[in-house]
Amino acid sequence: MSANPVSPNPSPNAAALSNDEIQRYSRHLILPEVGMEGQLKLKQAKVLMIGAGGLGAPLGLYLAAAGIGKIGMVDFDVVEMSNLQRQVIHGTSDIGRPKIDSAAERMADINPYLEIVKYNTRLSSENALDIFKDYDIVVDGTDNFPTRYLVNDACVLLGKPNAYGSIFRFEGQATVFGYQDGPCYRCLYPEPPPPGLVPSCAEGGVLGILPALVGSIQATETVKIILGKGETLSGRLVLYDALNMKFRELKLRRNPDCPLCGDHRTIHALIDYEQFCGIPQQAAEPEPEAELNEWEIDARGLKAKMDRNAPVFILDVREPHEFQICSIPNSVLIPLGDLPKRVGELNTADDIVVHCKSGMRSAKAINFLETVGFTKLKNLKGGILAWSDDVDPTVPKY
Amino acid sequence: MAKLMIPTPLRQFVDGQDTVEVEASTVGEALDKLTSQHTELRRHLFSDEGKLRSFVNVYMNDEDIRYLERDKTAIAEGDTISIVPSIAGGKHVG
Repeated sequence: MSANPVSPNPSPNAAALSNDEIQRYSRHLILPEVGMEGQLKLKQAKVLMIGAGGLGAPLGLYLAAAGIGKIGMVDFDVVEMSNLQRQVIHGTSDIGRPKIDSAAERMADINPYLEIVKYNTRLSSENALDIFKDYDIVVDGTDNFPTRYLVNDACVLLGKPNAYGSIFRFEGQATVFGYQDGPCYRCLYPEPPPPGLVPSCAEGGVLGILPALVGSIQATETVKIILGKGETLSGRLVLYDALNMKFRELKLRRNPDCPLCGDHRTIHALIDYEQFCGIPQQAAEPEPEAELNEWEIDARGLKAKMDRNAPVFILDVREPHEFQICSIPNSVLIPLGDLPKRVGELNTADDIVVHCKSGMRSAKAINFLETVGFTKLKNLKGGILAWSDDVDPTVPKY
Repeated sequence: MAKLMIPTPLRQFVDGQDTVEVEASTVGEALDKLTSQHTELRRHLFSDEGKLRSFVNVYMNDEDIRYLERDKTAIAEGDTISIVPSIAGGKHVG
Protein backbone atom coordinates (compact mmCIF):
# COMPACT_ATOMS: atom_id res chain seq x y z
CA MET A 1 0.00 0.00 0.00
CA SER A 2 1.22 3.46 -0.77
CA ALA A 3 -0.08 6.59 0.92
CA ASN A 4 1.36 9.62 -0.78
CA PRO A 5 0.40 13.08 0.37
CA VAL A 6 0.35 15.59 -2.48
CA SER A 7 0.00 19.36 -2.43
CA PRO A 8 1.43 19.85 1.09
CA ASN A 9 -0.96 22.27 2.65
CA PRO A 10 0.38 25.75 2.01
CA SER A 11 -1.93 27.03 4.74
CA PRO A 12 -0.70 25.09 7.75
CA ASN A 13 -2.59 27.18 10.24
CA ALA A 14 -5.78 25.16 10.71
CA ALA A 15 -7.16 27.63 13.23
CA ALA A 16 -7.41 30.60 10.87
CA LEU A 17 -8.05 31.54 7.26
CA SER A 18 -5.58 33.54 5.19
CA ASN A 19 -6.82 36.52 3.19
CA ASP A 20 -6.73 34.41 0.03
CA GLU A 21 -8.81 31.74 1.71
CA ILE A 22 -11.31 34.33 2.92
CA GLN A 23 -11.72 35.51 -0.67
CA ARG A 24 -12.02 31.95 -1.95
CA TYR A 25 -14.69 30.95 0.57
CA SER A 26 -16.53 34.30 0.67
CA ARG A 27 -19.85 32.79 -0.52
CA HIS A 28 -19.66 30.34 2.37
CA LEU A 29 -18.50 32.95 4.89
CA ILE A 30 -21.53 35.16 4.25
CA LEU A 31 -23.90 32.23 4.80
CA PRO A 32 -24.93 32.34 8.46
CA GLU A 33 -25.06 28.50 8.54
CA VAL A 34 -21.39 28.29 7.56
CA GLY A 35 -19.62 31.53 8.44
CA MET A 36 -16.08 31.67 9.73
CA GLU A 37 -16.77 29.02 12.36
CA GLY A 38 -18.15 26.57 9.80
CA GLN A 39 -15.42 27.20 7.25
CA LEU A 40 -12.79 26.49 9.91
CA LYS A 41 -14.61 23.24 10.76
CA LEU A 42 -14.40 22.30 7.08
CA LYS A 43 -10.71 23.18 7.05
CA GLN A 44 -10.05 20.99 10.08
CA ALA A 45 -12.15 18.10 8.72
CA LYS A 46 -10.70 14.86 7.38
CA VAL A 47 -12.81 13.00 4.83
CA LEU A 48 -12.01 9.66 3.23
CA MET A 49 -13.34 8.93 -0.26
CA ILE A 50 -13.49 5.31 -1.38
CA GLY A 51 -13.24 5.29 -5.17
CA ALA A 52 -12.54 8.03 -7.70
CA GLY A 53 -15.08 6.93 -10.31
CA GLY A 54 -18.68 7.91 -11.08
CA LEU A 55 -19.73 8.95 -7.58
CA GLY A 56 -16.16 9.86 -6.58
CA ALA A 57 -15.89 12.43 -9.39
CA PRO A 58 -18.49 14.93 -8.11
CA LEU A 59 -17.55 14.10 -4.53
CA GLY A 60 -13.89 14.90 -5.09
CA LEU A 61 -14.61 18.09 -7.03
CA TYR A 62 -17.09 19.52 -4.53
CA LEU A 63 -15.32 18.42 -1.35
CA ALA A 64 -12.13 19.99 -2.68
CA ALA A 65 -13.92 23.21 -3.66
CA ALA A 66 -15.72 23.37 -0.29
CA GLY A 67 -12.42 23.59 1.53
CA ILE A 68 -12.22 20.25 3.35
CA GLY A 69 -8.76 20.34 4.95
CA LYS A 70 -7.71 16.76 4.34
CA ILE A 71 -9.14 14.37 1.77
CA GLY A 72 -7.99 10.75 1.57
CA MET A 73 -8.73 8.79 -1.61
CA VAL A 74 -8.62 5.02 -2.09
CA ASP A 75 -8.56 3.69 -5.66
CA PHE A 76 -6.36 1.39 -7.74
CA ASP A 77 -8.05 1.69 -11.15
CA VAL A 78 -6.82 3.50 -14.25
CA VAL A 79 -8.87 5.91 -16.36
CA GLU A 80 -10.55 4.25 -19.35
CA MET A 81 -12.34 5.81 -22.31
CA SER A 82 -15.71 4.41 -21.17
CA ASN A 83 -15.34 6.20 -17.79
CA LEU A 84 -15.45 9.68 -19.31
CA GLN A 85 -19.21 9.63 -20.00
CA ARG A 86 -19.75 10.20 -16.25
CA GLN A 87 -16.45 10.48 -14.35
CA VAL A 88 -16.02 14.20 -14.94
CA ILE A 89 -13.02 14.55 -12.64
CA HIS A 90 -10.93 12.84 -15.37
CA GLY A 91 -10.25 14.07 -18.91
CA THR A 92 -9.43 12.48 -22.23
CA SER A 93 -5.73 13.16 -21.72
CA ASP A 94 -5.87 11.12 -18.47
CA ILE A 95 -6.74 7.83 -20.20
CA GLY A 96 -4.37 5.15 -18.93
CA ARG A 97 -3.33 7.10 -15.81
CA PRO A 98 -4.19 5.95 -12.30
CA LYS A 99 -7.52 7.53 -11.38
CA ILE A 100 -6.13 8.61 -8.07
CA ASP A 101 -3.40 10.69 -9.76
CA SER A 102 -5.75 12.25 -12.26
CA ALA A 103 -8.36 13.06 -9.57
CA ALA A 104 -5.80 14.43 -7.09
CA GLU A 105 -4.31 16.68 -9.76
CA ARG A 106 -7.70 18.10 -10.66
CA MET A 107 -8.65 18.62 -6.99
CA ALA A 108 -5.32 20.30 -6.20
CA ASP A 109 -5.96 22.63 -9.13
CA ILE A 110 -9.41 23.50 -7.83
CA ASN A 111 -8.09 24.10 -4.32
CA PRO A 112 -4.36 24.23 -3.56
CA TYR A 113 -5.04 24.52 0.19
CA LEU A 114 -6.05 20.87 0.36
CA GLU A 115 -4.02 18.04 1.76
CA ILE A 116 -4.76 15.01 -0.41
CA VAL A 117 -3.64 11.56 0.71
CA LYS A 118 -3.58 8.93 -2.04
CA TYR A 119 -4.03 5.26 -1.20
CA ASN A 120 -3.24 3.45 -4.43
CA THR A 121 -4.59 0.15 -3.21
CA ARG A 122 -7.62 -2.10 -3.09
CA LEU A 123 -9.56 -1.49 0.12
CA SER A 124 -9.59 -4.74 2.11
CA SER A 125 -10.40 -6.17 5.51
CA GLU A 126 -6.66 -6.04 6.23
CA ASN A 127 -6.13 -2.31 5.58
CA ALA A 128 -9.56 -0.69 6.09
CA LEU A 129 -9.44 -0.01 9.83
CA ASP A 130 -5.92 1.32 9.59
CA ILE A 131 -6.85 3.73 6.77
CA PHE A 132 -10.22 4.78 8.25
CA LYS A 133 -8.92 5.61 11.73
CA ASP A 134 -7.35 8.90 10.59
CA TYR A 135 -10.62 10.30 9.16
CA ASP A 136 -13.84 11.82 10.55
CA ILE A 137 -16.24 10.77 7.79
CA VAL A 138 -16.11 8.10 5.10
CA VAL A 139 -17.83 8.42 1.71
CA ASP A 140 -18.22 5.25 -0.31
CA GLY A 141 -18.19 5.94 -4.01
CA THR A 142 -17.31 2.45 -5.22
CA ASP A 143 -20.87 1.17 -5.36
CA ASN A 144 -20.28 -2.58 -5.22
CA PHE A 145 -21.53 -4.99 -2.60
CA PRO A 146 -18.29 -6.32 -1.04
CA THR A 147 -16.85 -2.81 -0.56
CA ARG A 148 -20.19 -1.49 0.65
CA TYR A 149 -20.43 -4.08 3.47
CA LEU A 150 -16.72 -3.61 4.26
CA VAL A 151 -17.07 0.18 4.49
CA ASN A 152 -20.27 -0.14 6.53
CA ASP A 153 -18.77 -2.58 9.01
CA ALA A 154 -15.49 -0.67 9.39
CA CYS A 155 -17.39 2.61 9.92
CA VAL A 156 -19.68 1.11 12.58
CA LEU A 157 -16.77 -0.60 14.35
CA LEU A 158 -14.88 2.71 14.45
CA GLY A 159 -17.97 4.88 15.08
CA LYS A 160 -17.59 6.97 11.90
CA PRO A 161 -20.48 8.21 9.76
CA ASN A 162 -20.77 6.92 6.20
CA ALA A 163 -22.33 9.07 3.48
CA TYR A 164 -23.87 6.47 1.20
CA GLY A 165 -24.95 6.54 -2.43
CA SER A 166 -25.78 3.99 -5.07
CA ILE A 167 -26.81 4.20 -8.70
CA PHE A 168 -28.40 1.91 -11.24
CA ARG A 169 -29.38 2.89 -14.80
CA PHE A 170 -31.71 5.86 -14.07
CA GLU A 171 -32.18 5.28 -10.37
CA GLY A 172 -30.27 6.44 -7.32
CA GLN A 173 -30.36 5.89 -3.57
CA ALA A 174 -28.70 8.00 -0.88
CA THR A 175 -28.61 8.16 2.90
CA VAL A 176 -26.22 8.45 5.85
CA PHE A 177 -25.34 5.31 7.80
CA GLY A 178 -23.77 4.86 11.21
CA TYR A 179 -24.36 8.43 12.33
CA GLN A 180 -25.26 9.01 15.96
CA ASP A 181 -27.89 6.37 16.78
CA GLY A 182 -29.01 5.91 13.19
CA PRO A 183 -29.19 2.69 11.23
CA CYS A 184 -26.36 1.03 9.31
CA TYR A 185 -26.44 -0.66 5.90
CA ARG A 186 -26.95 -4.07 7.50
CA CYS A 187 -30.09 -2.76 9.24
CA LEU A 188 -31.45 -2.02 5.78
CA TYR A 189 -30.14 -5.11 3.98
CA PRO A 190 -28.78 -7.88 6.24
CA GLU A 191 -27.37 -9.77 3.25
CA PRO A 192 -26.30 -8.99 -0.32
CA PRO A 193 -28.01 -10.52 -3.34
CA PRO A 194 -26.21 -13.48 -4.88
CA PRO A 195 -23.89 -12.39 -7.73
CA GLY A 196 -25.58 -12.33 -11.10
CA LEU A 197 -29.11 -11.61 -9.86
CA VAL A 198 -28.54 -7.86 -10.21
CA PRO A 199 -26.50 -6.53 -13.13
CA SER A 200 -23.79 -3.88 -12.55
CA CYS A 201 -23.37 -0.62 -14.53
CA ALA A 202 -20.92 -2.43 -16.80
CA GLU A 203 -23.72 -4.85 -17.71
CA GLY A 204 -26.77 -2.67 -17.07
CA GLY A 205 -25.58 0.77 -18.13
CA VAL A 206 -25.97 4.05 -16.29
CA LEU A 207 -27.10 7.54 -17.30
CA GLY A 208 -23.90 9.59 -17.15
CA ILE A 209 -25.49 12.45 -15.23
CA LEU A 210 -26.99 10.21 -12.54
CA PRO A 211 -23.85 9.86 -10.37
CA ALA A 212 -23.47 13.65 -10.46
CA LEU A 213 -26.69 14.06 -8.51
CA VAL A 214 -26.17 11.13 -6.13
CA GLY A 215 -22.50 12.01 -5.48
CA SER A 216 -23.56 15.61 -4.82
CA ILE A 217 -26.06 14.41 -2.22
CA GLN A 218 -23.24 12.44 -0.56
CA ALA A 219 -20.99 15.52 -0.61
CA THR A 220 -23.82 17.69 0.79
CA GLU A 221 -24.42 15.29 3.67
CA THR A 222 -20.68 15.17 4.38
CA VAL A 223 -20.49 18.95 4.59
CA LYS A 224 -23.63 19.15 6.78
CA ILE A 225 -22.26 16.57 9.22
CA ILE A 226 -19.01 18.56 9.49
CA LEU A 227 -20.90 21.82 10.01
CA GLY A 228 -23.38 20.22 12.40
CA LYS A 229 -26.14 22.08 10.59
CA GLY A 230 -29.46 21.07 9.12
CA GLU A 231 -31.04 17.66 9.18
CA THR A 232 -28.97 14.82 7.76
CA LEU A 233 -30.34 11.87 5.80
CA SER A 234 -29.62 9.53 8.72
CA GLY A 235 -32.78 7.44 9.13
CA ARG A 236 -34.10 8.41 5.70
CA LEU A 237 -33.45 6.84 2.31
CA VAL A 238 -33.83 9.12 -0.68
CA LEU A 239 -34.87 7.38 -3.89
CA TYR A 240 -34.29 9.30 -7.09
CA ASP A 241 -35.81 8.27 -10.41
CA ALA A 242 -34.15 10.35 -13.13
CA LEU A 243 -36.31 8.98 -15.93
CA ASN A 244 -39.53 10.25 -14.34
CA MET A 245 -37.72 12.98 -12.32
CA LYS A 246 -39.22 11.88 -9.04
CA PHE A 247 -37.73 12.00 -5.57
CA ARG A 248 -39.19 9.86 -2.79
CA GLU A 249 -38.19 9.33 0.80
CA LEU A 250 -38.49 6.21 2.95
CA LYS A 251 -37.92 5.79 6.69
CA LEU A 252 -34.94 3.76 7.84
CA ARG A 253 -34.72 2.39 11.34
CA ARG A 254 -31.91 0.88 13.31
CA ASN A 255 -32.72 -2.82 13.51
CA PRO A 256 -32.48 -3.98 17.15
CA ASP A 257 -31.51 -7.42 15.78
CA CYS A 258 -28.75 -6.05 13.52
CA PRO A 259 -25.67 -8.26 14.00
CA LEU A 260 -23.40 -5.21 13.69
CA CYS A 261 -25.12 -2.29 15.45
CA GLY A 262 -28.09 -3.97 17.18
CA ASP A 263 -28.64 -4.70 20.84
CA HIS A 264 -26.87 -8.08 20.80
CA ARG A 265 -23.97 -7.68 18.42
CA THR A 266 -22.32 -10.73 16.92
CA ILE A 267 -19.95 -8.99 14.51
CA HIS A 268 -16.92 -7.50 16.25
CA ALA A 269 -14.31 -7.63 13.48
CA LEU A 270 -14.10 -7.37 9.70
CA ILE A 271 -14.74 -10.51 7.67
CA ASP A 272 -13.99 -11.73 4.13
CA TYR A 273 -16.44 -9.63 2.11
CA GLU A 274 -15.85 -11.24 -1.29
CA GLN A 275 -16.85 -14.52 0.29
CA PHE A 276 -19.78 -12.91 2.13
CA CYS A 277 -21.04 -11.62 -1.22
CA GLY A 278 -20.53 -15.01 -2.86
CA ILE A 279 -17.81 -13.81 -5.21
CA PRO A 280 -15.15 -16.39 -6.00
CA GLN A 281 -11.60 -15.18 -5.48
CA GLN A 282 -10.53 -15.63 -9.09
CA ALA A 283 -13.35 -13.31 -10.18
CA ALA A 284 -11.71 -10.53 -8.19
CA GLU A 285 -8.24 -11.18 -9.59
CA PRO A 286 -8.65 -12.60 -13.08
CA GLU A 287 -5.57 -14.34 -14.43
CA PRO A 288 -4.93 -12.69 -17.80
CA GLU A 289 -3.05 -15.68 -19.21
CA ALA A 290 -5.13 -18.33 -17.46
CA GLU A 291 -5.40 -21.59 -19.38
CA LEU A 292 -8.68 -22.48 -21.05
CA ASN A 293 -11.07 -24.75 -19.22
CA GLU A 294 -12.44 -27.67 -21.20
CA TRP A 295 -15.70 -25.75 -21.64
CA GLU A 296 -14.01 -22.62 -22.95
CA ILE A 297 -12.77 -21.51 -26.35
CA ASP A 298 -10.73 -18.37 -26.96
CA ALA A 299 -11.40 -15.82 -29.70
CA ARG A 300 -8.53 -17.05 -31.90
CA GLY A 301 -9.73 -20.64 -31.50
CA LEU A 302 -13.22 -19.66 -32.64
CA LYS A 303 -11.82 -17.70 -35.60
CA ALA A 304 -9.74 -20.72 -36.64
CA LYS A 305 -12.83 -22.95 -36.50
CA MET A 306 -14.76 -20.47 -38.65
CA ASP A 307 -11.87 -20.17 -41.13
CA ARG A 308 -11.80 -23.89 -41.73
CA ASN A 309 -15.61 -23.89 -42.11
CA ALA A 310 -16.03 -26.23 -39.15
CA PRO A 311 -19.73 -26.42 -38.29
CA VAL A 312 -20.30 -24.15 -35.32
CA PHE A 313 -23.40 -22.38 -34.08
CA ILE A 314 -22.52 -19.03 -32.48
CA LEU A 315 -25.07 -18.03 -29.87
CA ASP A 316 -25.01 -14.42 -28.67
CA VAL A 317 -26.86 -14.02 -25.35
CA ARG A 318 -26.51 -10.24 -25.02
CA GLU A 319 -29.37 -7.74 -25.27
CA PRO A 320 -30.65 -6.47 -28.67
CA HIS A 321 -29.26 -2.95 -28.06
CA GLU A 322 -25.80 -4.45 -27.52
CA PHE A 323 -26.12 -6.53 -30.69
CA GLN A 324 -26.76 -3.27 -32.55
CA ILE A 325 -23.38 -1.95 -31.37
CA CYS A 326 -21.40 -4.93 -32.65
CA SER A 327 -21.68 -8.65 -33.31
CA ILE A 328 -19.66 -11.65 -34.44
CA PRO A 329 -20.41 -12.72 -38.05
CA ASN A 330 -23.19 -15.32 -38.41
CA SER A 331 -24.02 -15.27 -34.73
CA VAL A 332 -27.62 -15.73 -33.59
CA LEU A 333 -29.02 -13.47 -30.89
CA ILE A 334 -31.11 -14.92 -28.07
CA PRO A 335 -30.84 -12.70 -24.96
CA LEU A 336 -30.07 -14.63 -21.77
CA GLY A 337 -33.46 -13.80 -20.27
CA ASP A 338 -35.29 -15.21 -23.34
CA LEU A 339 -33.26 -18.41 -23.50
CA PRO A 340 -35.65 -20.63 -21.48
CA LYS A 341 -38.60 -19.88 -23.77
CA ARG A 342 -36.56 -19.91 -27.01
CA VAL A 343 -34.40 -22.94 -26.29
CA GLY A 344 -36.37 -24.85 -28.97
CA GLU A 345 -34.53 -22.78 -31.61
CA LEU A 346 -31.30 -24.58 -30.67
CA ASN A 347 -30.23 -28.11 -31.59
CA THR A 348 -28.45 -30.35 -29.08
CA ALA A 349 -26.55 -31.96 -31.98
CA ASP A 350 -24.82 -28.67 -32.91
CA ASP A 351 -21.46 -27.51 -31.62
CA ILE A 352 -22.52 -24.32 -29.89
CA VAL A 353 -20.21 -21.47 -28.90
CA VAL A 354 -21.97 -19.08 -26.53
CA HIS A 355 -20.79 -15.52 -26.10
CA CYS A 356 -21.77 -12.25 -24.46
CA LYS A 357 -19.81 -9.06 -23.77
CA SER A 358 -17.15 -10.50 -21.48
CA GLY A 359 -18.12 -14.08 -20.64
CA MET A 360 -20.29 -13.86 -17.52
CA ARG A 361 -23.76 -14.09 -19.04
CA SER A 362 -22.64 -16.73 -21.53
CA ALA A 363 -21.39 -18.86 -18.61
CA LYS A 364 -24.85 -18.58 -17.06
CA ALA A 365 -26.41 -19.50 -20.41
CA ILE A 366 -24.21 -22.60 -20.56
CA ASN A 367 -25.19 -23.59 -17.02
CA PHE A 368 -28.81 -23.34 -18.07
CA LEU A 369 -28.36 -25.18 -21.39
CA GLU A 370 -26.61 -28.05 -19.59
CA THR A 371 -29.63 -28.51 -17.36
CA VAL A 372 -31.85 -28.99 -20.41
CA GLY A 373 -29.68 -31.59 -22.13
CA PHE A 374 -27.10 -29.69 -24.18
CA THR A 375 -23.57 -31.10 -24.00
CA LYS A 376 -21.66 -29.67 -27.00
CA LEU A 377 -21.16 -26.23 -25.50
CA LYS A 378 -18.21 -23.84 -25.31
CA ASN A 379 -18.02 -20.43 -23.71
CA LEU A 380 -16.16 -17.75 -25.67
CA LYS A 381 -13.57 -16.66 -23.13
CA GLY A 382 -13.59 -12.88 -22.66
CA GLY A 383 -16.66 -12.50 -24.90
CA ILE A 384 -16.87 -10.08 -27.81
CA LEU A 385 -14.31 -7.84 -26.06
CA ALA A 386 -11.71 -10.59 -26.52
CA TRP A 387 -12.88 -11.01 -30.14
CA SER A 388 -12.16 -7.31 -30.68
CA ASP A 389 -8.76 -7.58 -28.95
CA ASP A 390 -7.52 -10.77 -30.58
CA VAL A 391 -9.36 -11.23 -33.89
CA ASP A 392 -11.06 -8.15 -35.29
CA PRO A 393 -10.01 -4.76 -33.89
CA THR A 394 -12.64 -3.04 -36.07
CA VAL A 395 -15.27 -4.44 -33.69
CA PRO A 396 -15.93 -1.56 -31.27
CA LYS A 397 -15.57 -2.12 -27.56
CA TYR A 398 -18.26 -0.71 -25.31
CA MET B 1 -56.75 -0.99 -5.30
CA ALA B 2 -53.07 -0.91 -4.27
CA LYS B 3 -50.35 0.73 -6.28
CA LEU B 4 -47.03 -1.15 -6.35
CA MET B 5 -43.88 0.79 -7.31
CA ILE B 6 -41.49 -1.41 -9.27
CA PRO B 7 -37.77 -0.48 -9.09
CA THR B 8 -35.61 -0.25 -12.21
CA PRO B 9 -33.82 -3.63 -11.86
CA LEU B 10 -37.13 -5.53 -11.61
CA ARG B 11 -39.07 -3.71 -14.34
CA GLN B 12 -37.88 -6.22 -16.93
CA PHE B 13 -40.03 -8.84 -15.17
CA VAL B 14 -43.23 -6.74 -15.34
CA ASP B 15 -43.10 -5.77 -19.04
CA GLY B 16 -41.17 -2.59 -18.26
CA GLN B 17 -43.88 -0.99 -16.13
CA ASP B 18 -42.84 1.26 -13.22
CA THR B 19 -46.11 0.79 -11.35
CA VAL B 20 -48.57 -2.07 -11.22
CA GLU B 21 -52.03 -1.86 -9.67
CA VAL B 22 -53.64 -4.86 -8.00
CA GLU B 23 -56.78 -5.44 -5.96
CA ALA B 24 -55.68 -6.47 -2.47
CA SER B 25 -56.37 -5.80 1.20
CA THR B 26 -52.93 -6.69 2.63
CA VAL B 27 -49.35 -6.25 1.46
CA GLY B 28 -48.89 -10.03 1.33
CA GLU B 29 -51.92 -10.40 -0.89
CA ALA B 30 -50.74 -7.59 -3.17
CA LEU B 31 -47.32 -9.23 -3.62
CA ASP B 32 -48.97 -12.60 -4.23
CA LYS B 33 -51.14 -11.14 -6.97
CA LEU B 34 -48.23 -9.28 -8.49
CA THR B 35 -46.03 -12.38 -8.64
CA SER B 36 -48.80 -14.60 -9.94
CA GLN B 37 -49.37 -12.14 -12.79
CA HIS B 38 -45.62 -11.90 -13.37
CA THR B 39 -44.24 -15.29 -12.40
CA GLU B 40 -40.58 -14.56 -13.21
CA LEU B 41 -40.57 -11.83 -10.58
CA ARG B 42 -41.32 -14.34 -7.84
CA ARG B 43 -37.80 -15.77 -7.41
CA HIS B 44 -36.38 -12.26 -7.25
CA LEU B 45 -38.62 -11.34 -4.32
CA PHE B 46 -39.07 -14.60 -2.42
CA SER B 47 -36.79 -17.47 -1.39
CA ASP B 48 -37.77 -21.07 -2.16
CA GLU B 49 -39.36 -21.19 1.29
CA GLY B 50 -41.56 -18.22 0.32
CA LYS B 51 -39.79 -15.72 2.58
CA LEU B 52 -39.10 -12.20 1.39
CA ARG B 53 -35.42 -12.13 0.41
CA SER B 54 -33.01 -10.32 2.73
CA PHE B 55 -31.86 -7.91 -0.01
CA VAL B 56 -35.41 -6.82 -0.83
CA ASN B 57 -37.39 -4.48 1.39
CA VAL B 58 -41.04 -3.62 1.03
CA TYR B 59 -42.46 -0.30 2.16
CA MET B 60 -46.03 0.68 2.87
CA ASN B 61 -45.99 4.36 1.93
CA ASP B 62 -42.73 5.46 3.67
CA GLU B 63 -42.58 2.74 6.36
CA ASP B 64 -40.76 -0.61 6.16
CA ILE B 65 -43.32 -3.42 6.58
CA ARG B 66 -40.84 -5.18 8.93
CA TYR B 67 -41.80 -2.46 11.44
CA LEU B 68 -45.52 -2.71 10.65
CA GLU B 69 -47.30 -6.05 10.42
CA ARG B 70 -45.12 -7.50 7.66
CA ASP B 71 -47.19 -9.28 4.99
CA LYS B 72 -50.34 -8.80 7.07
CA THR B 73 -50.03 -4.99 6.87
CA ALA B 74 -53.41 -3.70 5.74
CA ILE B 75 -53.79 -1.55 2.64
CA ALA B 76 -56.15 1.40 2.45
CA GLU B 77 -57.32 3.21 -0.67
CA GLY B 78 -54.54 5.40 -2.05
CA ASP B 79 -51.66 3.58 -0.31
CA THR B 80 -48.46 2.94 -2.20
CA ILE B 81 -46.36 -0.16 -1.79
CA SER B 82 -42.70 0.16 -2.81
CA ILE B 83 -40.33 -2.70 -3.54
CA VAL B 84 -36.79 -1.51 -2.78
CA PRO B 85 -34.00 -3.98 -3.53
CA SER B 86 -30.34 -3.25 -2.79
CA ILE B 87 -28.65 -1.83 -5.89
CA ALA B 88 -24.98 -1.50 -6.79
CA GLY B 89 -23.93 -0.03 -10.09
CA GLY B 90 -20.19 -0.33 -9.64
CA LYS B 91 -17.77 -3.03 -10.66
CA HIS B 92 -17.58 -6.13 -8.49
CA VAL B 93 -14.09 -5.37 -7.32
CA GLY B 94 -13.07 -3.40 -4.29
